[in-house]
Amino acid sequence: MIVSVENVIFLYGERPALAGVSFEVRENEIFGVLGPNGGGKSTLFKILATMLPPRSGSARIAGFDVDRQSSEVRRRIGVVFQSQSLDRKLTVAENLRAQGQLFGLRGHKLTCRGNEVLERLGLATRRDDLVDSLSGGLRRRVEIAKGLLHEPSVLLMDEPSTGLDPGARRELWAYIEELRRSQGVTVLLTTHILDEADRCDRILLVHNGKVVTEGAPSELKARIGGDVVVLEVAGDPAVVREEILRRFGASATLVNGSLRVEIGNGHRFIAEVVEAFPGVVQSVALHKPTLEDVFLDETGVRLE
Amino acid sequence: MTFWLPVWTLVQRDLIRFWREKARVVGYVGSPLIFWVLIGSGFGNLAFFFPGALVLTVMFSAVFSTMSLIEDRREGFLLSMLVSPAPRSSVVLGKILGSAALAWFQGLLFLCFVPLAGYAPGAAGVLEAAGIIFLTSFAFTVLGFLLAWQMDSTQGFHAVMNLVLLPLWLVSGSLFSMTGAHGWVRWLMRANPLSYSVAALRGALEQKAVAGMPAVSTSVAVTAAFAAVLFLASVVAANRKTVRSFA
Repeated sequence: MIVSVENVIFLYGERPALAGVSFEVRENEIFGVLGPNGGGKSTLFKILATMLPPRSGSARIAGFDVDRQSSEVRRRIGVVFQSQSLDRKLTVAENLRAQGQLFGLRGHKLTCRGNEVLERLGLATRRDDLVDSLSGGLRRRVEIAKGLLHEPSVLLMDEPSTGLDPGARRELWAYIEELRRSQGVTVLLTTHILDEADRCDRILLVHNGKVVTEGAPSELKARIGGDVVVLEVAGDPAVVREEILRRFGASATLVNGSLRVEIGNGHRFIAEVVEAFPGVVQSVALHKPTLEDVFLDETGVRLE
Repeated sequence: MTFWLPVWTLVQRDLIRFWREKARVVGYVGSPLIFWVLIGSGFGNLAFFFPGALVLTVMFSAVFSTMSLIEDRREGFLLSMLVSPAPRSSVVLGKILGSAALAWFQGLLFLCFVPLAGYAPGAAGVLEAAGIIFLTSFAFTVLGFLLAWQMDSTQGFHAVMNLVLLPLWLVSGSLFSMTGAHGWVRWLMRANPLSYSVAALRGALEQKAVAGMPAVSTSVAVTAAFAAVLFLASVVAANRKTVRSFA
């Protein structure tokens, strides 16, 4: 296991940000940590990036302890921050050179590696542009180039898609998948975006500092099975819920004023439920289970 | 991991940035220059107020350029420095030397006006002054670094500047000499590390010791010791891995 986290606890003052988190990441995997903001993702990221020591428990990357052997870990991880870690007053090439030198690269080797990552991320023509003049999507790419410069075996990314438009987001993911394929890099990212989580090989759901569940997105969704039907009803939804349970044997949950039913055959249920409550059902929606449903199912609260 | 490569990286970064924001020079050198010309002409003694005004330039430049550390730390460049394998002490030294070099450069620019002040220190005196200006730049930068490392906002920084640093400058022998000071102020001047920088600089330019202050070499030694102590404190502060330093 290239990343292994065992029972990590972290407190901000008295408040537990992580209350005993454990998981493992396999080599060459794209692994996502999914959860609402404030659920402990960022703290976990900081611990893995050697920025914070865990209060107790241990986290190891490539066999090295992130707290006690931070400098070994730092050589092996590339860190892509959510906030800008670029110097905006410097050019792309200057930012990369500074980063390389911090990792002990110099001379010919530094130039070669710099050109290589710029080429790979499609930034070759931007090398002499000031970071200030780049779009958000390009800046994120420079961040990634910076993180890859010293050939890390694990790339840690904090909310990589946040703040990017859909086009830039698609491009970013094409790069991430390409990297994994051609470089054998393991990618560990945090996200609160369902789309992004869906693209990971495996995800870890985190809520209130605890692991809710983990697995491949398809596998997690398959656990729910069937369809999800969301009903908006006139009058007291609790009464309608009772009725649905009595007549259809289906248990509905009340989420933000609407009723949510997980059921094998959604089409038939919709026809029957509309028939059964004339004038009460205001709107009906049917969808295949998403990770949002998985999260809702496990925690009882919405993800976003 | 080499120690000096990261140091050079950070110095280089500050130099490039400075070159791209040349307007800063006007601010840091300009306002002390105006102070000097107005106060010096008003008292009819441009020479007396020159060393103090030069030290003020260095102080502004050094302290304000370390202020960038607050933003750097919150988001930005500092984060990636801190997760690199570069030794913490070389990151600290690089950051400090970069800002100190800029402050020094601006002090030297101010020094170009020395003929107008009526001093004729000769080549040796100018070299000596340049060295003293560097030490002073270094000391102020370290002081700025220490303050910035503890602080979350630039507002706090301005408060310290106005409540501590400017008063220190007022009683450093910049505006009135030790021999002319009364009572407790004289003791304050003697305890003020800045007095020794001003005295050393004045001594180098006049090529003789300043009345009421120790010899130039002693003043230089006091300034150097002050800088060294602050530097050690900075390395200790930066080595702590805490929630705050990454907040």
